Amino acid sequence: MKQEYTITVYTENHIGLLNRIAIIFSRRKINIACLNTSPSEVESIHRFTIVINETEDVVRKLIRQIEKQVEVLKAYFNTADEIVWQELALYKVPTEVIAEKVKVERLLRQYGARAVVIRKDYTVFETTGHREETDKLVEVLAPYELIEFVRSARVAIIKESKGFHEKVKEFEQAEPAEEVVENEYLSLQEELFPDTGY
Amino acid sequence: MNLQENTATLSNNKTAAQTTARQAPQQISGSEAVLKALIEEGVDTIFGYPGGAIMPIYDALYDYMDKLQHILVRHEQGGIHAAQGYARSSGRVGIVFATSGPGATNLVTGLADAQIDSTPLVCITGQVFAHLLGTDAFQETDVVNITTPVTKWNYQVTDATEIPEVLAKAFYIAKSGRPGPVLIDITKNAQLQKFDFQGYTKCNHIRSYRPKPIVRKEYIQQAAELINNAEKPFVIWGQGVVLGSAENEFKKFIEKGNLPAAWTILGESAIPTDHPLNVGMLGMHGNYGPNVLTNECDVLIAIGMRFDDRVTGRLDKYARQAKIIHLDIDPAEIDKNVKVTVPVWGDCKETLPLLTELIEKKQHTEWLQKFKDYQKKEEELCIIPEMNPASEVLSMAEIVNEMNELTGGNAIVVTDVGQHQMVACRYAKFNQSRSNITSGGLGTMGFGLPAAIGAKFGAPDRTVIAIIGDGGIQMTIQELGTIMQSGVNVKIMILNNQFLGMVRQWQELFHDRRYSFVNITSPDYIMVAKGYGIEGAKISKREEVRQALQTMLNHNGSYLLEVMVGKENNVFPMVPQGCSVSEIRLA
Repeated sequence: MKQEYTITVYTENHIGLLNRIAIIFSRRKINIACLNTSPSEVESIHRFTIVINETEDVVRKLIRQIEKQVEVLKAYFNTADEIVWQELALYKVPTEVIAEKVKVERLLRQYGARAVVIRKDYTVFETTGHREETDKLVEVLAPYELIEFVRSARVAIIKESKGFHEKVKEFEQAEPAEEVVENEYLSLQEELFPDTGY
Repeated sequence: MNLQENTATLSNNKTAAQTTARQAPQQISGSEAVLKALIEEGVDTIFGYPGGAIMPIYDALYDYMDKLQHILVRHEQGGIHAAQGYARSSGRVGIVFATSGPGATNLVTGLADAQIDSTPLVCITGQVFAHLLGTDAFQETDVVNITTPVTKWNYQVTDATEIPEVLAKAFYIAKSGRPGPVLIDITKNAQLQKFDFQGYTKCNHIRSYRPKPIVRKEYIQQAAELINNAEKPFVIWGQGVVLGSAENEFKKFIEKGNLPAAWTILGESAIPTDHPLNVGMLGMHGNYGPNVLTNECDVLIAIGMRFDDRVTGRLDKYARQAKIIHLDIDPAEIDKNVKVTVPVWGDCKETLPLLTELIEKKQHTEWLQKFKDYQKKEEELCIIPEMNPASEVLSMAEIVNEMNELTGGNAIVVTDVGQHQMVACRYAKFNQSRSNITSGGLGTMGFGLPAAIGAKFGAPDRTVIAIIGDGGIQMTIQELGTIMQSGVNVKIMILNNQFLGMVRQWQELFHDRRYSFVNITSPDYIMVAKGYGIEGAKISKREEVRQALQTMLNHNGSYLLEVMVGKENNVFPMVPQGCSVSEIRLA
């Protein structure tokens, strides 16, 4: 079953890496819903946040292909409930409409929007939140001459993650610590080896 | 090196690298640094073609002619296939030089071929001056982006000081883990720029790169358990055994368990053809027994192979009854095509001995007999008729068979792509590893001739025979010029059926014999060869075959033998596309 996955990739900060990662998706005709690149908590290590709609099986294979790239340190994938995430949206509305119609201002307050620029001709509001929230505001502002709307890519924090400081130290060593690789069959030992007491 | 010391972009990538040439700083050009790096890495041969943007490197090469042999090819594609042949026959990294723009774009096919067949290459391309990047300058192409999907790693150098470190990385990445092609694009200013050369330090660690996964003992134990409980274990191996130099470890493993073993065409010569446990070839034109019994074995042990669709046939009917053990160095291969019961991550040179230790000595007499029974059936219905055709028209199989008898299986056989390739892989005999060189994954027509040239440079003491079809030879026939100029000794055998035979076979079987553009005419190859100063002969009769082959092999230098074979012969057995391996057809 396809669902939304947020992929987090820790990488070296090198030119061309964005392309190398992007083509892993495009080669398989997978649409990237949104992509954000940013610094991470560790200096010199970059972090990609990529959102796609796919099945778990496909995502698992994609993660391995991403990790195979020389400059990628680690990739994780998570469903929406495993992460804390936000997107930022900007809305440009004619200032006179807001001034004239109290309802608009009330709407903006209701959605937690904050004015970032106020000019004679237009005002720019900003909200952050989940997709549904930012989308909803577009909907309600539409009848009031919404001039422009833009939304950022997702930024996400993995709830379970302990950050990357320790991991990096491990990567710096020539002999890395043993890494547990998931394998669905590990839990099925008794079925696989019924007579061996495994 | 720890986090605090992360300064330069690249310097964090080395830790315990040993310095091999720590000298007092000297001012040298970027070009000279490239050549010094190659020498430090033990390179002896470069395949290349000069041009505007790589001229400073060629200028520096003029002073290094005694240390580095440069083979001037006739086309960059020929150069990179030659480097592939060199890498495959020698086990070393193949080196290619090409200029910017068209020189670099001509490498793309070879890069894709090397990428899919895991061949270690370092390609150095010239690039326009850094200040001209992105201006559509003369012979400027965005080579790094064009080659990204077909390289294991690539990098553009715009500053000479980066060169030693980048080349050290390039060699390390190309040959470690699952090998692959690396391309380094160097702008002309960086080639010309003088800098303080601090010596060359080989790379042996990159922070973000894990060439091989850690071997996990519990998986080895589980795998051994499965093998020990198996009634009908079946080993299938690929090039990983060769790339890991694990031929002996592999042999010990199958011998201890008496495990029947079949190969993918890239794994072919890892153990001798006549090894009693070598049961033959897998896949679309593979042997009968290995294909049918894939769907009968109870434990399938895949070693250094990637379950290519030409090997598996229809996936949902592939070895469904079997528990599958997969030994591979590349974690991305595990579960990619076939769901695995026990993954044995790691270099098979390390994992095979661990596994061998844990498996029990077994006989598997009945199970092995099954392979022999199928073999017998295939011989009767397929192989013997192929080797001894009733008609006067020659078959490809009998030529290959005759070749075996004269070489004793000691030659390196390089093939192109198509019917002759399948026939050569099926019937050629091999006594030693790294003897079968073919374009497996990409199926690159035109691979054969240049790859054979490279293979000879990589293994100068061995006889190299290129078996090529009349289609493929015409794709890179200009490399006869490389033979002429370098004087390399390659035996070229053109099996001419006057068709693009494999496509014709499919048109016959699956497209109602609608032979759409598969009729291909040939020049007078003997005359062409003669024009290049290469001797040759053309034969079409059975009684001429042995003598002609002998003449070719005895000839002092390269030789071209054109053999006219049956026009509409088909390669069988065959697993038709979309069918299961057990639905293999013998005729």
